[in-house]
Amino acid sequence: MITAGIDCGAKNTKTVIMKDGKIIGKGEVLTGFDQNKAILACWDMALKEAGISEDQVEATCGTGSGKNAIKNVKSLVNDIKAMAKGAHYYFPNARTVADVGAEEGRAAKLDERGNPVDFAINEKCAAGAGAFIEAMGRALETPLEEMGPLALKSDKEIPMNAQCAIFAESEVVGLIHAKTSKQDISKAIHDAMASRIVSMIRRVGVNPDVVMLGGVGYNPGFVGAIKRELNLERIYIPEDPEYGMAVGAAVVAGEGT
Amino acid sequence: MTEEKKQEFWRWTESNWANPDMEWNKAKFITAGIDVGSVSSQAVVMADGEIFTYANMRTGSDSPNSARNALNFALKATDMPEDRIDYCVGTGYGRVNVPMADRSVTEIACHARGANFIYGPEVRTVLDVGGQDIKAIQCDEKGRVTNFLMNDKCAAGTGRGMEVFADLLGVPITEVGERSFQVKEEPQAVSSTCVVYAKSEATGLLRKGWTTEKVLAAYCRAMAERIYSLVERLGVEPAFAITGGMAKNMGVIDRLMPMIGLEPAKTKWDTQIAGAVGAALFGYALCQKGKGRKDTKREKQRMTSDK
Repeated sequence: MITAGIDCGAKNTKTVIMKDGKIIGKGEVLTGFDQNKAILACWDMALKEAGISEDQVEATCGTGSGKNAIKNVKSLVNDIKAMAKGAHYYFPNARTVADVGAEEGRAAKLDERGNPVDFAINEKCAAGAGAFIEAMGRALETPLEEMGPLALKSDKEIPMNAQCAIFAESEVVGLIHAKTSKQDISKAIHDAMASRIVSMIRRVGVNPDVVMLGGVGYNPGFVGAIKRELNLERIYIPEDPEYGMAVGAAVVAGEGT
Repeated sequence: MTEEKKQEFWRWTESNWANPDMEWNKAKFITAGIDVGSVSSQAVVMADGEIFTYANMRTGSDSPNSARNALNFALKATDMPEDRIDYCVGTGYGRVNVPMADRSVTEIACHARGANFIYGPEVRTVLDVGGQDIKAIQCDEKGRVTNFLMNDKCAAGTGRGMEVFADLLGVPITEVGERSFQVKEEPQAVSSTCVVYAKSEATGLLRKGWTTEKVLAAYCRAMAERIYSLVERLGVEPAFAITGGMAKNMGVIDRLMPMIGLEPAKTKWDTQIAGAVGAALFGYALCQKGKGRKDTKREKQRMTSDK
C-alpha cells in the first residue's frame, strides 16, 4: 500500500511517500508566502523520486501549522500525533520525543504504539525555536549552518541572561563588544536554547530513549547542548530529522484504512 | 560606488532643559537623580525638591559613560558646577554602574515617586513602558509603592519591540503614533505575541497589500493589548499615569486607554524623566534628614579616591 504524508510547516513544506512502511520518496521546499504552490512543488518532487504517479497513492494525510491549506487529502492530523508517530516509526522503543522546528517547539510522551499521552508546546515565543538561532546567527554575522559546528569548538560556560530573542540579540552584540570569541558566544546561544527545550521535555517526562525531530536536529551544537542538559549519552535522531512529521502523517494515512 | 547610509528609524532626539528663573545658589540642597535605562538615560538636577535642569539621552554601550554624559548634558544648560550637587541617586537597569551616585534605588520606587511629583499626588497607578520592560505600579498619595507587576523577559509590548517595527517599516519612531491613525478602518491586532514572529507576520501583511499605516495600526493595537493584560492583572485605580517613552506614542496610548476605561493623567514634563525625578527626590529626602553626602564618611573616601 502506498501512502503519503504532507507537513506544511512555518518555514519548509515536506512530503514523504511510503510503500508498505518504507519511505520511497521525499520532497522539501521552502513554504514561502504561497503555501499551495509549496505543497504542489514538494508533492511533485516526492512522486518523482518514488517513480510513481499521483493516482497510485492510496491515502494522504496532512499536518503542520499550514495543514489547512493542504487540499485533496483524506485526513488531517495534528502536529503532536504526527510527531509521535514519526518518532515511533524510526525508533519504536522511544517514549519521549521533542520536535524543534523553525517557529515551534514541542515535546511529547508516547505509549508503546506511538500514540501521544502527554505533550507540551511552545508556539508563542521564538526563544524555544529555530528562529532563535537564526536571529542570533544574524547578530553574529555567521551563516546558520556554521553556528552549530562553531559551538562545538568551545568549552566555556557563558550564561545568557536574556530569554527573549530580541533582547538576546542585544546581549550578543554586547558580548561581541566585550571581545568574547564567536565560538564561545555560539555555545552560549545553543546552551540557552537547549535549556528552554529541555524544560519542555522535562515537563512531559524524560524516558531514556529520547528522539529528536525537526530541522534543528541537524545542528550538532544544539544536539550537544541538549545531551549535556539532559545528562544523556545519546539521543536518537533520524537521518533526515525535518521529515519526522511528514513520516508520521504518512503512517497515520496508512492506519486509517 | 555609492555608499549607502542606513537611516536609523528608531532614533529620537536627545534633549536638555533648564529652568532659567531658578536661583540654584540660594537652594539649600541640590540633588541629582540619574536613571540609566536599557535604551535611554536621564539626569535630573533638583534644587530643594524642584526641577532645575534635566537631560534625556540614549544609553550607550556602557552605563558609567551614559550616566556621565547625561549629567554633563543636563549641567550644560546651566552655569552650576557639578560639585555643588549635595547628593546623587542612581536608578534604572544600569543603576549599580553610576559612578557619581551616592546610592542606588530601584526603578520601581523611583518611577512611583517621580510620577507622584510630575503628575500629582492623586496618582494611584503608574504604568512605565520602557525600552526593555513594562512595569505596572500601584502607589499611595506619597508615591510609595504598594504593589507592582513587571515584564522584563519578553520584548512584546516594550519600546524595543516598537523600535524593531519602526525599523522594519521604515517609519521614524516619533511618527509611528500619528501614522497609525491614517487608516480607513482599524485592523485587527497582529496576532503573534513574539516580536520575532510579529515581524514575519507584518512582512506577510505587507505582501498581502496592506499599507504601512495599516500594519502600524495593527501593531500599535497589539502593543496596547499586551500592555493592558499586565495592567489588568494588577488592577487599576485612578488617577492613571504613564511614564517612559511609550507615553509619547499616541498610537499605543489612544488604543490602550479605552480598554482601561480611563483618561490618562496629564503633565507638562517629559514623561521619560520620571525615574530620574524620583531618584533626585529620594536624595532630597535623605538630605533633609541630615543623611546627605557632606556629613558621611563615604564622602571623605570619595574625595580621596578621586585624587
